[in-house]
Parts: sequence; structure tokens; C-alpha cells
Amino acid sequence: MSGVRVLVGTRKGAFVLTSDERRADWEISGPHFPGWEIYHLKGSPADPDRIFAAQSTSWFGQLIQRSDDGGRTWQPVGNEFAYDGVPGTHQWYDGTPHPWEFARVWHLEPSLTDPDLIYAGVEDAALFRSNDAGATWQELPGLRGHGTGPKWQPGAGGLCLHTIIQDPRDPNRLVIAISAAGAFRTEDGGKTWQAINHGLQSAQIPDPDAEVGHCVHHVARHPERPDVLFMQKHWDVMRSDDGGDNWYEISGNLPTDFGFAIDVHAHEPDTVYVVPIKSDEHHFPPDGRLRVYRSRGGGHEWEALTAGLPQENCYVNVLRDAMAVDSLESCGIYFGTTGGQVYASADSGDTWAPIVRDLPAVLSVEVQTLP
Amino acid sequence: MIRVRLPAHLRTIAHIDGEVHLDLEGPVTQRAVLDALEARYPTLRGTIREHGTGKRRAFVRFFACEQDLSHEEPDAPLPAPVVAGTEPFLVMGAMAGG
Repeated sequence: MSGVRVLVGTRKGAFVLTSDERRADWEISGPHFPGWEIYHLKGSPADPDRIFAAQSTSWFGQLIQRSDDGGRTWQPVGNEFAYDGVPGTHQWYDGTPHPWEFARVWHLEPSLTDPDLIYAGVEDAALFRSNDAGATWQELPGLRGHGTGPKWQPGAGGLCLHTIIQDPRDPNRLVIAISAAGAFRTEDGGKTWQAINHGLQSAQIPDPDAEVGHCVHHVARHPERPDVLFMQKHWDVMRSDDGGDNWYEISGNLPTDFGFAIDVHAHEPDTVYVVPIKSDEHHFPPDGRLRVYRSRGGGHEWEALTAGLPQENCYVNVLRDAMAVDSLESCGIYFGTTGGQVYASADSGDTWAPIVRDLPAVLSVEVQTLP
Repeated sequence: MIRVRLPAHLRTIAHIDGEVHLDLEGPVTQRAVLDALEARYPTLRGTIREHGTGKRRAFVRFFACEQDLSHEEPDAPLPAPVVAGTEPFLVMGAMAGG
């Protein structure tokens, strides 16, 4: 019987939520790594029993854990993320130069085809790769060496590389995003990179349409249409139809176009989901109402999805990596909140119900669709 | 025999119950103790001292004999009771909540 495994990273541990394809009854496993921040967990598409987790604290640093049995048992693997060469400087919050310093892993992205290959996006922003299932990590230095690094600056959460998108047509083609630098693309496996921010406008930087400096919060795409990218920027929901070469705004009738999470329906490449957040000053939903917005036409026109979600006195946030979709016939949508709820919809967002209500603040949500 | 006491999080990830007991050859220093500790438990590499520089992580402290040894030179001799094994060398997480 098919089913789903939802991987939840929180401020105080990881949780694994499993259900059959009905997605009505859930088994909750955890906390794994209790007391540690789990910024992200993700399973290997090539071997669903292999899951990687980024475990960290400010006290004892970064660990990477790997499970080879679907999250039942874990073993620590390599945790040395050494920048290639002598790191230079990026901008600090006030624009002054600040040396590159490793803080933590934000995002893990296992290869689509090779269970031993995995990418890691880290703070201070850089991209690492492991070819041995996490035992050792090597930086892909061409990204930091792209030439614009001294102009990158941290967002509120730090200078983080939080999004890694693989192209199913070509493993050498990756799109990544950094807060606050923007989006970048490589077509040669990470040796060279191109900033792909044309069309972005950010009032928070001196030159609003500069090549870099944009606070991109998240990017998503449908695997069957890799050149169409959807972006939740700090403000503005954006779309590119040419792999990121050019972006245009699709915020349309959203109540606010600030937010963090964005994702695409598993079977409908033009059905997009966002969770509008009031503003960068408030970081909670407008009017205390938690609403997912869905566009069935690739943007511009959005409908509020509220059934089963709190519509009063709700002041949680939904962070950038805390939304995911499964690929069951009736597409499931999932998101977690900083209030510790994980909501699921088994009908493309029409109705919602909490899987759990009282976890620590949710940092990330990923879903594995199991055979 | 050198006795080392670790915080709960580090005991958990290294699967350690109770104190760690180390037998060292040569001078008993902070560096020698931590080198031996990491050699026995490689999972602890990078959690007490930074990879590369070997510097104490900012939120980690070292105590022994009711003294704060966090800022001692890594190659300075540890107190005699630690060398004799009558007092433990304590690795602590800084008092910052968590």
C-alpha cells in the first residue's frame, strides 16, 4: 500500500510522520536528536530509505546525520565544511566587509539519481557537495568566486544558501538561491555560475534592480517543466519562464506579497501555493487568519484556502523550507508553522487538518511518497 | 587516568555513558586530552573545537578544580588533581539557555 513519510525539522528535534495514501491517520516518530535545531531533513529520491538531516546548535556546531532505514536509526557522518581557499568578505548588515564564517547547514538536497551524492547549502552562503553519502564534503567554490560575493549581505536569518534545485534533464544544471544575494544558475556542475536576477526589484538595496543583493526567500518548480521557476522574494511573488534569465511579478490579488514558502502542485505545473505573511516587520499572517493561497493559472489570480485552518487569532509564521507536496494521485500539500503545527491537505489544498499541533517551532517540512 | 566529563548532548551523539577515562602518554594538557578524546570518539570532532583552527568553540567552556580553564593556553599543564585522576576535566556548554 502506498503512503507518505513527512520529515519535519524543528527548533528542538526532528519528527517523522507517516500515513497510508488516505493521509487521515498518522504515526508520529520523534523527537529525533532532541534539543538540537534541525534546519532540514530530506530523503534521497534514488533510495527513499536514505534520509539526511542537518543537526546543529550554537554550542556544539554542526552535525550531519544519515539514516539508511527510513528514519528509524541514524548515524552521524561528516561534519567538516571547510571553505575552499582563504574566504574573503561579504557585506555585514551595515554594509561593512565581514569575513566569511561557517555557521550551519540550512538545506540538504540529495541527488535525483545517485544515493551517495548530496548537496548542502550553508551559512555563510556556499554550496558543498558530498560524493560519499555525507562522509566528506567539498565546496563548489565557483559560486563564492562568482565575483559578486563581496556584495552579498545577510538577511534576518543570516547569509544563507537555502534553495537548491536540480534539473532532471541535466545533472550539471542547478539553480540555487541565497538570502540576501539572489538566485544563481550553473550549467557545468558548479564550476561557473551566473546571477539570474533580471527583473527582480528590491527597495531594501541602494540600486533596486542590482545584479545581486535581493532577498530571495524560496524558489520552486515542477519537475516536468524545469525552466518555469516560481519565487517568493522578500516582497513579491515572481515567475520566470526561461530558467531564471528573466523574472516577472505574479503577485496579482494576494493580500500581501511578502512571505517565505512557495511550492508547485505535483501534477499541475501551473498550480502554485504561497502563504502570505503580513510584512517583514510583523512576520505573521494578515488579520490573524492563516490562509494558503493557490493559483491555478501560474500566478496573478489567487484564491484563499481556509477550510480547516485557523481564521482568527493566528500569529504564526511559515518558514521558507516548511512547505512540501506529495505525488499521490490526489496531491497532498503540507506545511509547518512556527507555532508547532503541521497541516496537511489530501485534496490539493481544498481542505486542511493538523497532523500534529504542538511540536517545537517548525523549520522545515519535506515529504516522501512511498510505493 | 584522566577523567573527562561531557555535557549530555555530546554524550548522546557519541553514545557515552558517564565519564570518559583516558590514559595519556606525555604532558597532560587541554590539547592532549581533547586530541585523545576525539581520537576515541571521532563524532566529537568539530563539536568542542572548530575544525581547521582547533580553537575552542565560542559557547564551550572548560572547568576543573573549581577553576575556569577556558582561556588557558591549549598546551598549558592541567591542574595536578586532573593529572592524578582525582578531579575530572569538565567540558561545559556556556550558560546561555538552550
